Amino acid sequence: MLECIPKEPVEHTIGKINPAKTCQPLGAMYASLGIHGCLPHSHGSQGCCAYHRMHLTRHFREPVLASSSSFTEGASVFGGAANLKTSIKNVFEIYNPDIMAVHTTCLSETIGDDIPNIIKQAEVPEGKVVIHANTPSYVGSHVTGFSNMCKAIVSYLAESSGTEKKEQVNILPGFVNPGDMREIKRIVGDLGVPLIMYPDTTGVLDSPLTNRYTMYADGGATIESIRDSGNSKLTLALGSWSSDAAGNLLQEKCSVPGVPLKVPIGIKATDDLIMAIKDGFGVDVPQSLTIERGQVVDTLIDTNFHYQGKKVAVFGDPDIVIPLTEFLLTMGMIPVHVLTGTPGKRFEKEIREMLEEAGITESHVKAEGDLFELHQWIKDEPVDLLIGTTYGKYIARAEDIPLVRVGFPILDRAVQPLMPIVGYRGALRLIEMISNALLERRDRDCLDEDYELVL
Amino acid sequence: MSITEEQLEEMLSRYPDKVKKNRKKHLILKNSAEACQQIEANTRTIPGIISQRGCAYAGCKGVVVGPIKDMVHIVHGPVGCSYYAWGTRRNKARADDTTPPEKVFTPLCFTTDMQESDIVFGGDKKLAKMIDQVVEIFHPRAVSICATCPVGLIGDDINAVAKAAEERHGIQVLSFNCEGYKGVSQSAGHHIANNNLMEHVIGKGTAEKNPDDYVINILGEYNIGGDGWELERILKDIGYTLNCIMTGDASYEKIRNLHIADLNLVQCHRSINYIAEMMETKYGIPWLKVNFIGVTATMASLREIAQCFNDEKLIERTEMVIARELARVTPALEQYRKICQGKTAFIFVGGSRSHHYQALLRDLGMDVVVAGYEFAHRDDYEGRQVIPTIKSDADSKNIPELHPTPDEELYQEAHVHLKMSKEKYDELSSRIAFNSYQGMIPEMKDGEVILDDANHHEVEELIRMIKPDLFFSGVRDKYIVHKMGVPAKQMHSYDYSGPYAGFNGSLIFAEDVANALVTPAWKLVTAPWEDQNRSRSDSNA
Repeated sequence: MLECIPKEPVEHTIGKINPAKTCQPLGAMYASLGIHGCLPHSHGSQGCCAYHRMHLTRHFREPVLASSSSFTEGASVFGGAANLKTSIKNVFEIYNPDIMAVHTTCLSETIGDDIPNIIKQAEVPEGKVVIHANTPSYVGSHVTGFSNMCKAIVSYLAESSGTEKKEQVNILPGFVNPGDMREIKRIVGDLGVPLIMYPDTTGVLDSPLTNRYTMYADGGATIESIRDSGNSKLTLALGSWSSDAAGNLLQEKCSVPGVPLKVPIGIKATDDLIMAIKDGFGVDVPQSLTIERGQVVDTLIDTNFHYQGKKVAVFGDPDIVIPLTEFLLTMGMIPVHVLTGTPGKRFEKEIREMLEEAGITESHVKAEGDLFELHQWIKDEPVDLLIGTTYGKYIARAEDIPLVRVGFPILDRAVQPLMPIVGYRGALRLIEMISNALLERRDRDCLDEDYELVL
Repeated sequence: MSITEEQLEEMLSRYPDKVKKNRKKHLILKNSAEACQQIEANTRTIPGIISQRGCAYAGCKGVVVGPIKDMVHIVHGPVGCSYYAWGTRRNKARADDTTPPEKVFTPLCFTTDMQESDIVFGGDKKLAKMIDQVVEIFHPRAVSICATCPVGLIGDDINAVAKAAEERHGIQVLSFNCEGYKGVSQSAGHHIANNNLMEHVIGKGTAEKNPDDYVINILGEYNIGGDGWELERILKDIGYTLNCIMTGDASYEKIRNLHIADLNLVQCHRSINYIAEMMETKYGIPWLKVNFIGVTATMASLREIAQCFNDEKLIERTEMVIARELARVTPALEQYRKICQGKTAFIFVGGSRSHHYQALLRDLGMDVVVAGYEFAHRDDYEGRQVIPTIKSDADSKNIPELHPTPDEELYQEAHVHLKMSKEKYDELSSRIAFNSYQGMIPEMKDGEVILDDANHHEVEELIRMIKPDLFFSGVRDKYIVHKMGVPAKQMHSYDYSGPYAGFNGSLIFAEDVANALVTPAWKLVTAPWEDQNRSRSDSNA
């Protein structure tokens, strides 16, 4: 496997080889799917839309519908206004969504289509909504696209009706799976605070198979609830790459104070989420959550010898990798290579700070890196475990390292998008996955006489 | 389970007038009483319709060029285009006698990862530098550059970059101007790839053939799930010299030596007919449309190929291999056939499988109720005889046409390639349709629906109307159709199974399809407490 990868370090400074990111519109499409009754629309040539739908479909194993402006060469030269107007007309007549969420591609961004103006000139039926986000593929990554669409949702929809704020919390969950969003809603629900979450892909990208099919699934944040988010007392923005822009705009536009938090992966980040709500609303934390937390601590004490001191390489989206690295440190593991494909030097700063605090030096940490680079690092300094997306499986096989699949996308295993990695329950799942991967390896590799019944 | 004109009309009634007028021309109810039913195809996609189509880049890099295993394919553009075509199309490749493992680059993804500054100031320099680094690191035998949407708009001259890099490194650097907005679908990308390979690669090799061998190429076979290797197994057993499978598991050198064959077999007509035609013009190599999907179709194709060469031993050997394979697979196939018999199928694939798989489905006793293509042209539906009547429209006229002339040294008459006299060849041509393809429509039965560039509305409505037992399409349709209660198998990726071609392929396909039909979970869709047919006494039982 991957015999073509050189054994010695090489000069690779330009472009990407095996990227650890993809482009903006995919994230925007995912965010749009978290609005109830929404049809995402890709303003560009149709190949992008086809690819984004395929990619999301492969990760979630669920229907992903979106329309495209289907640019031709003519439109690419003279502008895509007519294509977008025709799309809006056709989409509402044929597919009748409540809302269309338009995002752009490198094509329409390069030619400079003025989307707000085109939408103004389009025939939008009474009571229907068209929103848009500019998502140039040559800036940032899919996470940036998710963030841009979240910001657009606030910009177009959130409203503040007065000065009196309601006892409700807005949660911007970040680019996470529906299983994670469900878990975050459960935790906040247990704390007894009403919440508005958007985007919310629960019920959309984890929908059941029943004998009833509708094009727009039951889930997703309703337009009404998003509008009402301007009246909430507090916003928790989980994951700064995904949610800060929307949280800041909500504060600016509707005077809802925002608290930036990590995506609640691991004990510390989950503690922070719970404390933010406790402090913000003065609620008591129920015994059930204290028990859940204690179960994670109990498990960490019971199983530390499975993983403590092991070297680990982690890659993925920054909002996942940062709290995940924090949790790996809690577990006593040693993150020796930490990489994201998404740009943003703050990633390196945050990771370095937590490594330093744990007394770990000389780790490789990089934002805007790629998996070729990660592979080179691993060849240079081998690890016991690799944690990341499905794309890590080639390195895992080539270097004979166990892989724990976490993040987006996971294309070769099922069920994961339904199961949380956030919260205390998610922390237990992470411990189980990591522990099992290392123990399977021990069982596979040990001598017969060292093969143990009890571990 | 056939469908009526009224039902189709009902389906179209949802559309705005302009859309309805357009879509009507892309839908046919097969009626053999009409001599030549005409369909509209290869026209622009209606904006907002939720088409299944991809772009020219996908057709060029993703389909034709990407599988060439020992070349490094650099995608010049922002990260997405390269990323989505990375590992998702299952064109398998492996090391072999001519290609050591360290020269197989298929599992890798290369992109210039254009940034805002590249859009503003141009990306030529970055591209040139990336080529330098990649050549330095990997020492590929050749490099390709594939353009994406913004490249054409900002005016990056990838052809000049390629030419300069070629001079610097002494290896071939091919540039493909396959921007996503070109043409109306993947099809434009096929054509762009064909032109470039024909003009700059094919015929440049120096390999020589043994005059006693029967040397063949399979064109338009991308080795999805190992299809090409199954065909290689059968054809080598019969005694052919398989020069090149284009482009599944192909090496750069094999493409350079594509011209040393006596006969080209064309599996996917849409994607490779340009090269088949041009090689016929330039080298005199005749081509034969084959279908290796399904036992019946495979046998017919093998027998036809054997007829093409003037050798009784080859015909004998063909029958021996067929008999051996049949004896091996028939008993198991019969078991699966019992499960599949009488079931109905809806097929919607890219530009060729919707036709080829009908043979296999009919082998299994299944009826095809709807068949359609994303991006085929009229000749794929109606047959190549309609080509002179196809009008090129504004959207496709910018795809260049190549017009090669006979090669002064290498051109040989078809009968010379096939080792027979001119008379014998002429006689053979009356029985075997060289350089021809009759299309999908003639093979379909009355009352079956033919559908071009289907969209979500039409797929959903047709499924509701027909309730097929199985739906064959791509990954985007699969889970939608599942939610509608119909099992769906992916006919692009084979649901990560395969091969589906040849004799072994038929067996694997039959097993996959039978499994899809009998999956126990389909009986659990209704929860017992929601089951109207269940009485109180049942639940107490």
